[in-house]
Amino acid sequence: MLKKVVEAITLAECNLPPDVENIIRRAYETETEMGKAQLKAILENVRIAREMRAPICQDTGLFSYYVEIGDDFPIRASKIKKVLIDATVEATRSIPLRPNAIDVLTEKNTGNNVGQGIPDISWDHVDGNTLRIAVLPKGGGSSYVAKLHSIPPAKGLKGVVEAVIRSVFDAGSMPCPPTFVGIGIGGTEDLAMKLAKKALLARMDENSKNEELAKLEREIVDKANSLGIGPMGLGGRWTIFNARIEWASRHPATLLTGVCFSCWALRKAFVEVSGDEIRVYQ
Amino acid sequence: MVEYHLKTPLSEEDVRKLKVGDIVYISGKIFAARDAAHKKILELLKKGERLPFDPQGLLVYHVGPVVKKVGDKWQVVAAGPTTSARMEIMEAEFIEMTGIRGVIGKGGMFERTTEAMRKFGAFYGAFVGGAALLAAKAIEDVEDVFWLEELGVPEAVWLFKVRDFGPLIVAIDSHGNNLYMDVINKAKVQLEVLLKSL
Repeated sequence: MLKKVVEAITLAECNLPPDVENIIRRAYETETEMGKAQLKAILENVRIAREMRAPICQDTGLFSYYVEIGDDFPIRASKIKKVLIDATVEATRSIPLRPNAIDVLTEKNTGNNVGQGIPDISWDHVDGNTLRIAVLPKGGGSSYVAKLHSIPPAKGLKGVVEAVIRSVFDAGSMPCPPTFVGIGIGGTEDLAMKLAKKALLARMDENSKNEELAKLEREIVDKANSLGIGPMGLGGRWTIFNARIEWASRHPATLLTGVCFSCWALRKAFVEVSGDEIRVYQ
Repeated sequence: MVEYHLKTPLSEEDVRKLKVGDIVYISGKIFAARDAAHKKILELLKKGERLPFDPQGLLVYHVGPVVKKVGDKWQVVAAGPTTSARMEIMEAEFIEMTGIRGVIGKGGMFERTTEAMRKFGAFYGAFVGGAALLAAKAIEDVEDVFWLEELGVPEAVWLFKVRDFGPLIVAIDSHGNNLYMDVINKAKVQLEVLLKSL
């Protein structure tokens, strides 16, 4: 399994997922002349990365894993955790990746992308005997502009739209736009951020299957793009490529909303283990 | 929007014809310098010392490259731009003291740099953030590296020979125009309109 996780990390780092590339190509058609020059360079860089099997960006990110483990899956969670940590070290060496895990107290780089609490691993328990792991490395520029908003509940979803638009404005050119925006509505403060980040795992060339959420996602994209910040903050039609929403029930007194950005290079891959079959895909 | 292919060292005339929105491809020598290298170069020049290379007419690239040594030769693996805003506090003085004709980076710079570019004749070329391999491909040769031991790989000064390095969008020109500030000012007006409509 270690090999397959390293394979998934390599795929995530070197191969832009099809849903992400689709939407960049689609955006290219409608972008302004200057924005087009940026998107063309992005697509060319993506092509070179795929050809050379080299990381798309020199900031290869800090690692998060999202694990869905079936109750009857034969390998124990503690073993899976060890595999994920070992795979991170191995991928850092073999691809190679830039070491990005810094000790907060000593300021020392651990050199292998493993450190205190990092990689971050989230667990979800499901029925059955399968295992699904999502790999999500994310660069520092887009994490720098993440926001948690506490919205007065009386403002409702309008308050959510306002908070997201403000976050996109504040982020400006910093997260290497056009970005993908993950939004987590409701829940507790930690859950709102977790959902926001997890929303980046959703397909980016689609919207929610829930019609009301899909409408909200589209409203946010239209309004954010009307700011005109554009590719790399140089002005243009596309400031965010898409927004995806995850939600949880809220407390009567809170409407917490997490906003998480990914630069255009949204890197992700999945490993699925079912019986003897292990599948790595994007 | 005009496309230019320019060769360093650039003259003041080369730079003065550039307007915001133009696209530039650079060939010739450029040098990599970010936070620590800016500080180091300014310190030396203020002490009246000479630099180990002549920056006159060159462009500075805000980058911390990923490099590997093959035999006794350095190769650039990835070299995407870093956020230029961090160098804002030093760049105006840097332009004045080194005689460079431009800055390559991402995310843009602010009033002081814009003013220095107007006064001394320099421009800011925006390179696509994250396009690390595209940049590396345009770097033909590492001609030299300075203060490698003292500053480390990402912070050292790397002298690159490049061919058609770009596309660089002229985002600050030598006439006081700053595309980023225009974009943000317009976005601010639109933000108010949006918030009122909610």
